[in-house]
Amino acid sequence: MADGLQLDRVCIERDGTRLIEIDRTVAPGEVLTVMGPSGVGKSTLLAFITGTLPAGFSGHGTVRLDGTDITRLPPDRRRVGILFQDDLLFPHLSVGANLAFGLSENVSRAKRREKVQHALDEIGLPSFFDRDPATLSGGQKARVALMRMLLADPRALLLDEAFSGLDAALRAQMRDLVFARATDRRLPVLMVTHDAEDARAAGGAVIELGAA
Amino acid sequence: MATRAHRMSGRVAPSGPSAHAAPPLLAAMPALTLIAMLGPVAAGLAGTLLPALGYLPAAGLTDWSTDAFAALWAWPGLGAATRLSLTTGLFATAGALGIVTLILAGWSGTRSFRLLERLLSPLLSVPHAATAFGLAFLISPSGWLARLTSPWATGWDRPPDLLIVQDPWGLAMTAGLVAKEMPFLLLMALAALGQADAARRMRVARSLGYGRVTGWLKTVFPAVYAQIRLPVYVVLAYSMSVVDVAMILGPSTPPPLSVQIVIWMGDPELQRRLVAAAGALLQLGLVVGALAAWRLGEMAVGRLGCLWAMNGGRGRRDAGLRYAGFAFGTLAALAVLASLACLGLWSVAGFWGYPAPLPDTLDLQSWTRHLPGIAAAGGTTALIALAATLAALVLVTGCLEAEHRSGRAITPRGMFLIYLPLLVPQTAFLPGLQTLLLTLGADTGLLPVIAAHLVFVLPYVFLSLGDPWRAWDGRNATVAAALGTSPAGVLFRIRLPMLLRPILTSAAVAIAVSVGQYLPTLLVGGGRVSTLTTEAVALASGGDRRAIGVWGVAQTAAVFLPFALALALPALIWRHRRGLHG
Repeated sequence: MADGLQLDRVCIERDGTRLIEIDRTVAPGEVLTVMGPSGVGKSTLLAFITGTLPAGFSGHGTVRLDGTDITRLPPDRRRVGILFQDDLLFPHLSVGANLAFGLSENVSRAKRREKVQHALDEIGLPSFFDRDPATLSGGQKARVALMRMLLADPRALLLDEAFSGLDAALRAQMRDLVFARATDRRLPVLMVTHDAEDARAAGGAVIELGAA
Repeated sequence: MATRAHRMSGRVAPSGPSAHAAPPLLAAMPALTLIAMLGPVAAGLAGTLLPALGYLPAAGLTDWSTDAFAALWAWPGLGAATRLSLTTGLFATAGALGIVTLILAGWSGTRSFRLLERLLSPLLSVPHAATAFGLAFLISPSGWLARLTSPWATGWDRPPDLLIVQDPWGLAMTAGLVAKEMPFLLLMALAALGQADAARRMRVARSLGYGRVTGWLKTVFPAVYAQIRLPVYVVLAYSMSVVDVAMILGPSTPPPLSVQIVIWMGDPELQRRLVAAAGALLQLGLVVGALAAWRLGEMAVGRLGCLWAMNGGRGRRDAGLRYAGFAFGTLAALAVLASLACLGLWSVAGFWGYPAPLPDTLDLQSWTRHLPGIAAAGGTTALIALAATLAALVLVTGCLEAEHRSGRAITPRGMFLIYLPLLVPQTAFLPGLQTLLLTLGADTGLLPVIAAHLVFVLPYVFLSLGDPWRAWDGRNATVAAALGTSPAGVLFRIRLPMLLRPILTSAAVAIAVSVGQYLPTLLVGGGRVSTLTTEAVALASGGDRRAIGVWGVAQTAAVFLPFALALALPALIWRHRRGLHG
């Protein structure tokens, strides 16, 4: 079986109407961009892959990750990381605790602090462990959210308009950071966006939705 | 078309935010909640029906008969008691709804409105009995208002022989109910306002040349009313059958039907219980009839309203209505506040001759005298309230979490079931519940009382926690799950901590509801469970103003303390977490 994220004849319906049909494989380290105006159900596709399809939608087809069928797995066993437009850092946890939240529970107590600190160093926020996430700038929050997801050691990465909330300069920076990390770890990336600039920067294949 | 394999995987694709099957206990929560909420109501109605038909084995009565109804018809006060129940209920509801409508129509979105809202919101939680006592101390011929204006304005140097409180028409009682129910309806209407697209509708209406009040009534009111219909029904059912307020502010010869039922229930002669049961059924019929009449009234008003909207009248001169609404709202708020102040003043009053505006001396004698009693009753009150609140929170969060995981939103029918315990008059099913417990020999201890309180606490916890629970951003759950967190982990580590503030507010509402319960404590406790409320209401006939002042203040404090904690605790716990201070 092929490595990467395989969408095998995936089809999302709402009340019997087909919203999305897709049959593609995203190889490790590659980016597949799904483009289209808002309202065509791009995010629903990602919800199907994470296992959180809202009521009223039904999904068909099979999602495989590195050859394993994950379609029936509960969301917390899929190891599919996702980033949204909002950082969604948990407001009741400190920055460090947010990162530790992502870390696997098998990492020993002694190692946790070290790994989180290392992650903070990596994104240039070494002294931020005890900070309230609400006091961070937009770019800082986005970086913490990315590191939190990476600490959970995902095998695929979904981006749901992940850069839309950032201004132009930050946006390019953040894109580079995300794509670099994904390539390093050989993660297949599925990006949903309405911005052609995102698609160009990703450099991978592009699917246009809602054109038909 | 898809192959069989695709259909299979399609079917197991989760419809909700999780592919986990809910654990059995969680899946059972909605059923458990319904049983806790409606079980006692159904059992109580059955326990009312049987004695009304002559069947009361506990008293050795097993012959079916209609004697109880015959005795009820023969009671000379029946006509007046029935009329009182209807008029106080209908006028109080219409009055409270009318004032709330005028306030919203004339002022919503303005700075004065926020002021009024701040004045009225805390009044929601003030116990009915305390408000009623305070109001009686305020407006009676020997009350504070008379003292403040005598003798220089009124010429009175002793209390005039006027029946202002406990008047035979129930006007004082109706006024008290209007003041107390208005904050409730206002709060419910405020929640509805957001979904009514009020701001944009008003912009359109205003740009078409409509006056503020007229434009609001024609464009926004129908949408808001559709949302607050059930709360309005609750106010109607409650006002028609309330007991504690009626005992304090209502007439006594004859009293409203609800009070008479309680008097019959307390009669040592067990035969009287049959008459009480018949009266309870009549009360139920009256409330059902009044609700039906109100529904017909709604339809008629709706028809007329459509014609009114089509006639194109702009109502440019409707400013008078605006100020009337503000005046009534302020008056109600000030009346309740002054009532509380009056209670407080009497609780520390030394000698206070008539018509002196203030007591000659202030002391703590009344407090010292009643403190042991208050401590004992306060302990019982707290125990009942905390137990009922905890049970309600577990059940409601369980229901909401089950709803979240199944992805099925609550239906209108479900909403109706939540309101049902508040729509069935207390006097219709609590006597039956007491009779039933008596028959089973289970009429002792706090447990039945806690269960009875839970019936009334549950709906309010549902109503206060439901919206914030559903408004929580579900993507937090997606992110946490993507990080490998189980649904239980998401609930306990993310959702509950983030919702700490609304959960504590809900708990405070629940405690306030429990503390204020008079009839469930009295009847289900068999008269042997003493809380701050039962003790306070028991003082009504004695007329010891200092004692009433002390107990009324204690009752009010028991309600305000939890609200203060609900505000302070999240601020303290999350003091370093700005994202949680909305």
